[in-house]
Amino acid sequence: MTTPLVEMRNMSISFGGVRAVDDVSVDLYPGEVVGLLGHNGAGKSTLIKMLSGAYTPDSGEIFIDGKKVSITNPREARSHNVETIYQTLALADNLDASANLFLGRELTNAMGLVDDDAMEAETRKIMGRLNPNFQKFSSPVSALSGGQRQSVAIARAVYFNARILIMDEPTAALGPQETQMVAELIEQLKAEGIGIFLIDHDVHQVMRLCDRASVMKNGQLVGTVNTSDVTDDDLLGMIILGKAP
Amino acid sequence: MTDTTDLSPPPAETSVFQKLGIDTRLLGMVAAFVVLCIGFNLITEGRFLTPRNIFNLTIQTVSVAIMACGMVFVIVNRHIDLSVGALLATCSAIMAMTQTDILPTMLGLGLNHPATWIITIIFGLLAGAIIGAFQGWMIGYLAIPAFIVTLGGFLVWRNVAWFLTNGATIGPLDSTFLVFGGTNGTLGPSLSWAVGVALAAAAVLAMWSGRRAKMRHGFDVKPIWAETIMSIFAVASILGFIAVLNSYQIPTRRLERMFEAQGEVMPEGFTQAYGLPISVFILIAVAIVMTVIARRTRLGRYIFATGGNPDAAELSGINTRLLTVKIFTIMGMLCALSAVVASARLANHTNDIGTLDELRVIAAAVIGGTALSGGAGTIYGAILGALIMQSLQSGMAMVGMPTPYQNIVVGVVLVLAVLIDTIYRKRLGKR
Repeated sequence: MTTPLVEMRNMSISFGGVRAVDDVSVDLYPGEVVGLLGHNGAGKSTLIKMLSGAYTPDSGEIFIDGKKVSITNPREARSHNVETIYQTLALADNLDASANLFLGRELTNAMGLVDDDAMEAETRKIMGRLNPNFQKFSSPVSALSGGQRQSVAIARAVYFNARILIMDEPTAALGPQETQMVAELIEQLKAEGIGIFLIDHDVHQVMRLCDRASVMKNGQLVGTVNTSDVTDDDLLGMIILGKAP
Repeated sequence: MTDTTDLSPPPAETSVFQKLGIDTRLLGMVAAFVVLCIGFNLITEGRFLTPRNIFNLTIQTVSVAIMACGMVFVIVNRHIDLSVGALLATCSAIMAMTQTDILPTMLGLGLNHPATWIITIIFGLLAGAIIGAFQGWMIGYLAIPAFIVTLGGFLVWRNVAWFLTNGATIGPLDSTFLVFGGTNGTLGPSLSWAVGVALAAAAVLAMWSGRRAKMRHGFDVKPIWAETIMSIFAVASILGFIAVLNSYQIPTRRLERMFEAQGEVMPEGFTQAYGLPISVFILIAVAIVMTVIARRTRLGRYIFATGGNPDAAELSGINTRLLTVKIFTIMGMLCALSAVVASARLANHTNDIGTLDELRVIAAAVIGGTALSGGAGTIYGAILGALIMQSLQSGMAMVGMPTPYQNIVVGVVLVLAVLIDTIYRKRLGKR
């Protein structure tokens, strides 16, 4: 049996007396896509933010490659090759694509100064792979479309050799064509052996893209199922009723 | 049948200014400044654009302009600093006491010791840095809004200065220290030319090496004629500015006194030009360093990223709290540097030094295009903003406009400038 890439055991966190996540355990294997489903406020994003370092759990343990790790900030998460693409995209609107791609990890020249040209060259390379139509390298990202912004956010994760990728509703703001582009990208990343946690509302999308799905309700885990064993309606039932099929 | 669908990208907008790579906002500001200068020059029948007045204008602008450079970082990072004038006063008081009392009497160096000026300035910069860092720590780590921390600082530091000096004017200051004030310390014609040529060469070198780097990566570059025009323009404005300052002659009476002070008699018909004031040279150095920080260092990148989207910066692993401390430390040090220039210009520390400077500094940064919503602003814009404010003020004084009208005009101009900027940004956003 292979070791899971990520194992989160008995995770709990409270905010002002509200148990946002209550004793939840999930895991993720290499080359696997695990969907996290649930209503707004079910605790999916909060759970995942403990893996990406945005929140520190009250209790619970995180194992990466079978080794226990402590993640208390985004930098530590990154050092374990955990990369996150946030729902709100987390891009600085006033900066261009390459400044965003390298934000926090700028390339510098021999004098320690930020090397914008080298960063733009690298950005052109990776965008050529992910989204060949992308041309707006010198505009601030506020001038980009939703899909273009999403591809910048994905490029950021992919460029830094993510092994564990967290995607928080990556297609929420996108049109059908751009959604298809992201879906293809997920297949591509999966084939490269990257493990992906995909947070989504859309049951059909999860059924299509994910190998397994974990459903949450009111901060608790309802259950984890193989998407090949269940129907769309089974998943919907889990989300709405909070009962495993 | 051939496919008639045009797959090539839409033709880029090709206005001359875009080819030249000038941002239209800067152009608008320069145009406003030129109109202002020519207008005042006509009204005053040519007295506004004389070498003498330009010389005075630049040395009056330096103190506010130095602080405006720091204010750009503060505002870009979505903060504000209302304490800069008061901080300037405290730094000035500390430095005045250092050079007139602590060093000469308590440490026994005597008056006008050759090391006094540098020790004094180091003390001042340290004081500014510590106070700035402390305020930044309260804003970043204790999460007290910058408006409140610096509003408190405005009262505290203004009155710390008063308390330290008992409200007395302290002077005369150290004789070497006075060279940082402007009129008392200029580089003279030959050294000024040397500085001008060096700056012009550096500007041209920077432009062309940037172009070479872009070409090495295979990026699009500006057409060669545009690059040439910009180079010529840069060289012409730098050398033109030096030429103007070099054509302002030191008055004969003053020259005679300078010779007398050295125990010599002035030769008949001797003339000497002022050249570049050392204070202006300091401003140029500050502007270059701050621009490099803004554009080419991680610190600068993080300041702008945090201003654009604080959450994104935090999630990217940027320590935004420490960043706040760094920004206010820089601001504090620049206040100290401004205190050097301002007190040396007055030859004394006075109790009201720097009064209302916080408003002038914020106005300069905002007129210069720094967005109060954060994330946007330039150092050269802030300096140009300070220059526009100062020109407006001294131009109106020269015309003989009563003081209340002057202040009303400055207030109206500030609001108008921000209005125009808001409209401009909206247009830009929609395009």
